[in-house]
Amino acid sequence: MMIEKVLLRVVAKLLIPAILLFGLYVQFHGDFGPGGGFQAGVIFAVAFILYALIFGIDMARKVISASFSRALLALGVLVYGGTGVATMMLGGEYLSYNVLAGTVHGAQHIGIFVVELGVGMTVAGAMITIFFTFSGHARDALPFRRGKGKRIEAPAPPLKVEEDT
Amino acid sequence: MAVTAIWLVKLRNLFAVVMLSGIYSLFAAASYVVMDAVDVAFTEAAVGAGISTVLMLGTLSLTTDEEKVHKKPPLTALVLVLLTGGLLVYGTLDMPRYGDPNAPIHQHVANRFIEKSGDEVGPPNIVTSVLASYRGYDTLGETAVVFTAAVGVLVIIGRSKGRWMPKSKTARRRRDDEDEAVTSEAKKQEDTPS
Repeated sequence: MMIEKVLLRVVAKLLIPAILLFGLYVQFHGDFGPGGGFQAGVIFAVAFILYALIFGIDMARKVISASFSRALLALGVLVYGGTGVATMMLGGEYLSYNVLAGTVHGAQHIGIFVVELGVGMTVAGAMITIFFTFSGHARDALPFRRGKGKRIEAPAPPLKVEEDT
Repeated sequence: MAVTAIWLVKLRNLFAVVMLSGIYSLFAAASYVVMDAVDVAFTEAAVGAGISTVLMLGTLSLTTDEEKVHKKPPLTALVLVLLTGGLLVYGTLDMPRYGDPNAPIHQHVANRFIEKSGDEVGPPNIVTSVLASYRGYDTLGETAVVFTAAVGVLVIIGRSKGRWMPKSKTARRRRDDEDEAVTSEAKKQEDTPS
């Protein structure tokens, strides 16, 4: 499964930290520049997908387990919805952030920050889950050859070596 | 973009089609940048050119990468496509010119967002203010859509013989044992001199 190209592996190793860092930047800098939770989630997921493409699903699953990516997926929606519930608890309407802090700007900032975090978590979780499910499935469905859609016949039994010759 | 699209229709090899649709998305992202919609361009480049290409490749490895050849051209589909395309082009005739300040879209709530979002919400990126604050419900809905998509994939192909599903410990151990047996057998075969 692992690709034996040294160049690819070295470049991927160099790129992945940069991708993760850029994802975080897009996540937390979304208020000031282009970007936000959705883009950040995608970029974050891409780092793991790249890792899985180069180093194989086995290794990638050791880094980020199936249950973790699923938990991330669900937790993001919970964080978003929970923000709304929190504002209701504090006496405002659903998702009206103004009650979260003293000043309007501060409250809106907290609200947007948390909500975008929720979006980012869900998107990253969803992308990682979908990709790993697909590739895990591809692995299990290996008897189906690419391009033909037919089952490969059972591999020919290894040639029996004649002892006498 | 048009050249890519026509090429896409012509090609029969689905691998090349996936690659070309990625290129198409990248062109679309570039055109959004030209129209100053940087946030949209960002999303298009990340999702359209990046993720969806990878997912399509995953699908190809599950199915086949050669398109079936139809004997006769599907006339009904062609007529329908031409009709829909014609109607859409006819619809654009009524649209205001690109960048027209008097266009309805610039007269509705956009002005209010541009003037007041600095005081009411704060962040200098108005797109973020609109998405996360003014239109918080919609974004919640979008997040739920993404969530549902992933859950749908899991429900359809996640459970079947999924190797990477969190299963009971005994099942996993049994599977590992089988793998072990297979590899050791393969090794034995390799070891036998030929």
